[in-house]
Amino acid sequence: MSDIKKLAQSFTELEEQLIVCIRCGMCQSVCPVFEQTHKEADVARGKLALLSGLMNTMFDDPGGVSNRLNKCLLCGSCAANCPSGVNALEIFIKARTILAEYMGLSPIKKIIFKHMLSKPRLFNSLMSMAEKFQPLISLKKSETQGTSCARFDLPLMGHRHFRALAKEPFHHSFQKTVLKTKVSKIRIALFTGCLIDKILPEIAHAVVKTTVHHDIELVIPDNQGCCGIPALASGDRTSFNSLVEHHVKLFDPKRFDYLVTACATCTSTIKKFWPSLGTDIDPCLKRQLAQLSSKTLDINQFLVDVAGIPLKKKTPGKDAKAIITYHDPCHLKKSLGVHKQPRQLITASGYQLKEMAGSDRCCGMGGSFNLFHYDISTSIGKLKQQNIMDTGCNTIATGCPACIMQISDMLSKEGALINVKHPVELYAETL
Amino acid sequence: MKAAVLRNLKNILGKDHLLTEIEDRVTYSYDAAVLEPKTPSAVVMPKTREQVGQIVSLCHDYSIPITVRGSGTNLSGGTIPETDGIVLLTGCLNKIIEINEHDMYAIVQPGVVTAGLAAEVEKKGLFYPPDPGSQAVSTLGGNVAENAGGLRGLKYGVTKDYVMGMSFFDAQGNYVKTGSKTIKCATGYNLAGLMVGSEGTLGLIDEITLKLIPYPATRKSMVAVYDTIEQASETVSAIIAARIIPATLEILDNFTIRAVEDFSHAGLPVDAAALLLIEVDGHPVVVEEEGQKIKTLCKKLGVSTLKVASDDKERDRIWAARRSALSALAKLKPTLVLEDATVPRSRIPDMVNALQDVAKKYDLSIGTFGHAGDGNLHPTILTDKRNKKEWHRVEQAIEEIFDKALSMGGTLSGEHGTGLAKAPFLQKEIGLSSIEFSRRLRKAMDPKGILNPGKLTGVTPRV
Repeated sequence: MSDIKKLAQSFTELEEQLIVCIRCGMCQSVCPVFEQTHKEADVARGKLALLSGLMNTMFDDPGGVSNRLNKCLLCGSCAANCPSGVNALEIFIKARTILAEYMGLSPIKKIIFKHMLSKPRLFNSLMSMAEKFQPLISLKKSETQGTSCARFDLPLMGHRHFRALAKEPFHHSFQKTVLKTKVSKIRIALFTGCLIDKILPEIAHAVVKTTVHHDIELVIPDNQGCCGIPALASGDRTSFNSLVEHHVKLFDPKRFDYLVTACATCTSTIKKFWPSLGTDIDPCLKRQLAQLSSKTLDINQFLVDVAGIPLKKKTPGKDAKAIITYHDPCHLKKSLGVHKQPRQLITASGYQLKEMAGSDRCCGMGGSFNLFHYDISTSIGKLKQQNIMDTGCNTIATGCPACIMQISDMLSKEGALINVKHPVELYAETL
Repeated sequence: MKAAVLRNLKNILGKDHLLTEIEDRVTYSYDAAVLEPKTPSAVVMPKTREQVGQIVSLCHDYSIPITVRGSGTNLSGGTIPETDGIVLLTGCLNKIIEINEHDMYAIVQPGVVTAGLAAEVEKKGLFYPPDPGSQAVSTLGGNVAENAGGLRGLKYGVTKDYVMGMSFFDAQGNYVKTGSKTIKCATGYNLAGLMVGSEGTLGLIDEITLKLIPYPATRKSMVAVYDTIEQASETVSAIIAARIIPATLEILDNFTIRAVEDFSHAGLPVDAAALLLIEVDGHPVVVEEEGQKIKTLCKKLGVSTLKVASDDKERDRIWAARRSALSALAKLKPTLVLEDATVPRSRIPDMVNALQDVAKKYDLSIGTFGHAGDGNLHPTILTDKRNKKEWHRVEQAIEEIFDKALSMGGTLSGEHGTGLAKAPFLQKEIGLSSIEFSRRLRKAMDPKGILNPGKLTGVTPRV
C-alpha cells in the first residue's frame, strides 16, 4: 500500500465526524480568518472538504492540505456556531496529529516541544536566562500596557510590541506552597500556566491575594509546566501526553476540591483535551484525568459560582468613573460557556462595565498562528482594538493571558492609554 | 488550462488573487446542494470592475467557462463549476456603494453579504426585506442571480421585487447598464428583470441598485402550537382566506422542532406536532387588530397554546431558531436533501398531506418546515447517500414531490433555483418549447456558451 493510501486510511477514523458537514457554509459568518482573506480554504467548510479529500486520496502530497489546516486560530467559532454540530475544532486537532505523525514535525518545533516544553525544569531555567538578556535586545514601548519591542530585526519578533518576561517568575515567589487560614473551607490547587508564570505573574499574585482574603486554602505545586496545548495544536501528541502525565503526578485530584487556573486556554485544555489523551492509556490514569477535568474551573467562574464572593457593587472609590470593557476569550466563552462570571467579577469590583461591539469575536492571537501569520493576526487584532477604543474605556479586561498579549500589542502600537488586565487583578485591587 | 491563459490571468490579478493549487481549487468544487463536486481549473478573486471585464474578455477569447460564486450556499448546484473552467469569486467586490435615504435605494457590489446590507439600512430606519435562510453569509449578487426568497416573501415579495437596476458584463466583456434609481423607468428592455434569476448564465453582475422601504413601525411575533399538523396547515389557509397578510407565516413539523430546539434552546415545545411562527408588522393599530384576528382564527382551528413574544430579544431568538432549521436537521443523518417545491397558498393543507404520503410510500424520514404562508414548503429528506438502495428511493420520492406540486398548479422551485439539480425536470413544468426559447435567448447573449454552462436550461452545446 502506498504511503498516501495509508494516510488516507488513518483519516477514515474521522469519517463519521467529517460526513456531518453538509457544506451549508454558515461558518463563513463567524470565522475571523475568512473575514480577512475571503478564501474558502481558510474557513471550516473548506478545511473539512480538504480532509475528506485526503481520505479519498485526492492529493498526492499532504503538504498543501497541512499548510491550509494550520492556517487556523483554533478559536472554535465555527464549532460553537455550527447548527449541524460539526465539532470542527476536535477534527482539526486530530487531523493535525495524523499529519504531524505522517510528515514529521518541523526541526524548530521538535526542539521547542520535545527538548524544552516537555521538560518544565529545563524550560524554566532557559526562560530565566533569557530574561537576563532581555534588556540587550528589547526597548520599552508603552508604560500603559507594559510593552517592549525588539531593538533590531529578530526572527519571530517582527514589529511586535510584546509583554516582556517578568523579572521574577511566579514560581520563584511561591514554591511547594500551601496557603491557608484557620477557617479555610475550600481547598483549591492553582495551575499557573506558562504565560502567567513567566510574563504576567501579577495575575497569579492577584489570585493569591483574593484566595487568602476569602479564606480559601490554596495549593501551588512546584515544578509546573505547560498545559500542552502548543504541542497538541502542532500535532505533537507525544510531547502533549508527556506533559499531561507529568501534571497528573503533581495534581492529585484527591488533594483538593477544585483545580483553578486564571488562563482561559489552560482551563479549556485541561477540561477538554487532557481527558482525550488517547484510547490506549492506563485506566487508572484515565480515571484521574476525568476527575481532574471535572474539578477544573476558570478563576472567574470559581470565585463567582463556588466561592460566592459578594457580588454587590462596592461603594464607588476613586476609580468610580473608570470604564471597563471586557473581551471574551474564545477558550472561555465558546469552549466553556463562561461569559457571565468575569463580568460579574468586574462589576463586583465597583466598576462600570461598558460592552464593546463584538466582545466575543476572536482577538486574532491563536498561539502559533500569531507567529506564522502575523499579518492576518494583526488585521484581526486591529478590529478588536478599534472596538475596544470605541467604548472610551480606561481598561480592557480579559480572562486569558494570550489575549492580553495580543490586545497589548495592538493598543500599544496605536499609542492608546488603555490598561490591559485580568478581571481577578481588578478584583484583588479592591481588597 | 493553457499556460497563456494562466499567465494572462496572473497579469490581470497579481499572484495573490489567482488560485491554481489543487488544494485551493478543490474548495470551490461544491456548494450546499447534494451533487457531484467538480474541481475548476483556476479560481480568481478580482478586486475591481476593470479586472472583471478583462477576465471575461480573456475567457471569451479562449472559450473558457466562468462560474461566479458568492458564498457558495446555493441549494441547486448553481455554483458548481466546469472542470475546464474558472470560478470567479465576488468576495473582494463587497462594498456598499451608496445608501440613499431620500430616494430610498442602495447601490451595492455583488459580494455584499445580505444581512450586512440589511443591518446598515436598518440603522437609517430603512428596510431591505428579502431574507433567505442563509442571509448571514449569502451575497446580494447570489440573491439576485438566484432570485432568492426568504421568510418574508408572503408580504414583502422576493429579491426580484427589489431590483431597480444593475450593470453587468456580457459574455464578451461588454459593459451593460439597465434600470434606474427612479421608481419608474420605461426605457429599453427590462434587462434587470431578465438578469434576476438567470443564475450567472447571461452576464456577470457589476453593481445592483436595490429598492428600500421604510422600516415597519411595530412588529408582533407569535408561536402557535398544534396537536396535529393538519390543524396547523388549515390555520395557514384560514389566515390567508381572512385577507390577512402576515410578514411571515412559517410552519415547522415535530421532526424539525426537535432538531431546531436541540441546537438553539429557544424554548420551542418539543412535544408539539406542529408549530406556526407568525409575525405581523406595520402601523401599531393594524398590528394589534390583525394580531387579534389571527388569535381568534388559531383558537377556532384548535390551537393548543398561543404565545406572543414579550420583547425583541425573545422574538429574535425565535427567528434565529427558525433560520437554523436546515443545518440543524442535518445533524440527524449524514445526507440532507432540501426541496422547495411550491404550491398556490390555498393548497398548503393538500401539500402537507401529500408529503406525509410520500414519506410513508418510500419509507423515508422527511422533515417539513418552511414558508407556509406563501406556499413554499421545504420538505427535507434525511438519508445517507452511501446507502444506495435508500438513495434510489429518495430520487423517486423527489420526483413524486415534483409531480404533486405541479398537479396542484405549483412550481419545482420557489426560491432555490433550477441550477443543475432541477434542470432535468424543467420540461415537466414549462414544456420543451419554453426551454428551447430560453436556449435561443441564451445562445444569442452567450454564443460560445461560457457563462455557467449546464445550469438552468439543461445541457447547452458549447462552441
